Amino acid sequence: MDKILEVRGLSKIFGKGCPQCFESTGPEFDTNICPHCGSVVAAHDLSFDLYKGEILGIMGESGSGKSTAVKNLYFDQMPTHGEAIFFDDDRQWDLFKLNAAERRWLRNHRYGMVYQNPNLGLNFGISSGGNIAERLLMSGLAHYGQIRERARELLRRTEVMIERMDEKPGAFSGGMQQRVQIAKALATQPPLLYLDEVTTGLDLSVQAAILDLILEIQRELNTAMIVVTHDLGVVRLLTSRVLVMKYGRVIESGLTDQILEDPQHPYTQRLVASAL
Amino acid sequence: MLQPILEVEGFNKTFINHAQGTIIPSSNDVNFKVFPGRLTALIGPTGTGKSSVLKGVYRSYLPSAGRIVFRTAAGTQIDLAQASEHQILDLRREEIGFVTQFLYCLPRRGAQDVVAEPLLKRGMDQSEARTQACALLDALNVPERLWSVPPATFSGGEKQRVNLARGLISRPRLLLLDEPTASLDPLTTDRVIQQLDGLKAHGVAMLAIFHHPELVERIADDVVTLKPPVAA
Repeated sequence: MDKILEVRGLSKIFGKGCPQCFESTGPEFDTNICPHCGSVVAAHDLSFDLYKGEILGIMGESGSGKSTAVKNLYFDQMPTHGEAIFFDDDRQWDLFKLNAAERRWLRNHRYGMVYQNPNLGLNFGISSGGNIAERLLMSGLAHYGQIRERARELLRRTEVMIERMDEKPGAFSGGMQQRVQIAKALATQPPLLYLDEVTTGLDLSVQAAILDLILEIQRELNTAMIVVTHDLGVVRLLTSRVLVMKYGRVIESGLTDQILEDPQHPYTQRLVASAL
Repeated sequence: MLQPILEVEGFNKTFINHAQGTIIPSSNDVNFKVFPGRLTALIGPTGTGKSSVLKGVYRSYLPSAGRIVFRTAAGTQIDLAQASEHQILDLRREEIGFVTQFLYCLPRRGAQDVVAEPLLKRGMDQSEARTQACALLDALNVPERLWSVPPATFSGGEKQRVNLARGLISRPRLLLLDEPTASLDPLTTDRVIQQLDGLKAHGVAMLAIFHHPELVERIADDVVTLKPPVAA
């Protein structure tokens, strides 16, 4: 298997930061707020590898920093420290040293992103089909008929009713909006997909259908994914490896079944023991 | 002289429960070998760490001490206790299977697709994988009307057969079985034994725990007796 992503020492501080930020926050201090300068250490020293076609989970409670890694890798935020290499077919991208045009190109051509909140991933002012068309246009496809056909195909694949593709996402249920978001994220067949709490807040039956869809896509397209979730069920069903985060730190990582059945860290043990 | 596919030396598993501040010894100084085409049964009373050994080999438990040397199809030796996560994932996909007591699967997927999954992961074409899955479900006495139904609503015995089928279908070189017949009737148990005998004939090595001692007598080629762990 080949590596698609390598993250080393990723840290993110909100606030001005000070030399004591890292040494005075973390699980052993029971906080991620620096007592000296009041900055929030959202992530510290995150390192991991992702292989092609693999699904990696990042789990933790809200505020643990689990979304931070994804936000930085997707360029929604810029890290305070750290390095990340994306291994493309013919070149390596040093992610945190790219200019705006390069970042945009990666987002349009190599990445897919599905947010918990469809408002972030979809344009609610245009139709669902239009959302997908927009992404195809940005990636360079220009033929109207081809775009329309590809959008139709993607919506069919994600089980969105084709006869509703000209409606705006606001007219859809939450589960349906999430499917449109997934269709949009997949439009360019990206080798890397980020999923941030994508099933949170949905009905159980809708959750199951979305998880099923994600796994089918992973198998068909061999898409590598980073799945951010607080839900142990999602972790068990989707991921093969998982990082456990608390107060901005990875406190434990390993094979998913091992983390869930034989957790080593006291926090992970408590998390697993308290699962319904 | 047949070479072992698996050599376990000085395996030890101890659980540390931080919330309760307790140390629970589970397996202590376990030593044995498993050979191709033979079934090794782990026996011993409850609490002697039989499941811990299986999970340690599969690495769903982290071994506390010892070596678990696996001989790969390529002829190399890997200590499973020390292998990287990706090495373990590769071996699970290609060479080492595990039939656990519980069936974890996606809620919406029919039994035949649950069973076909290991073949799809290896890159087999969907219709071919499904055909093989149905044949195996049939051999394990799962009625045809259930093949397309998601197993969530199945009885314990039906779920167990689906789980078995999923474990057996890819014919791994080493198959771990944790009480695979615990909730099956005698007729179905016979069917399972036929399947396991078939796997032996194909050279599959098996390491198993059986609920019923008479099954050990019927199918095991080698027996390893585990002793209660020494309290810490």
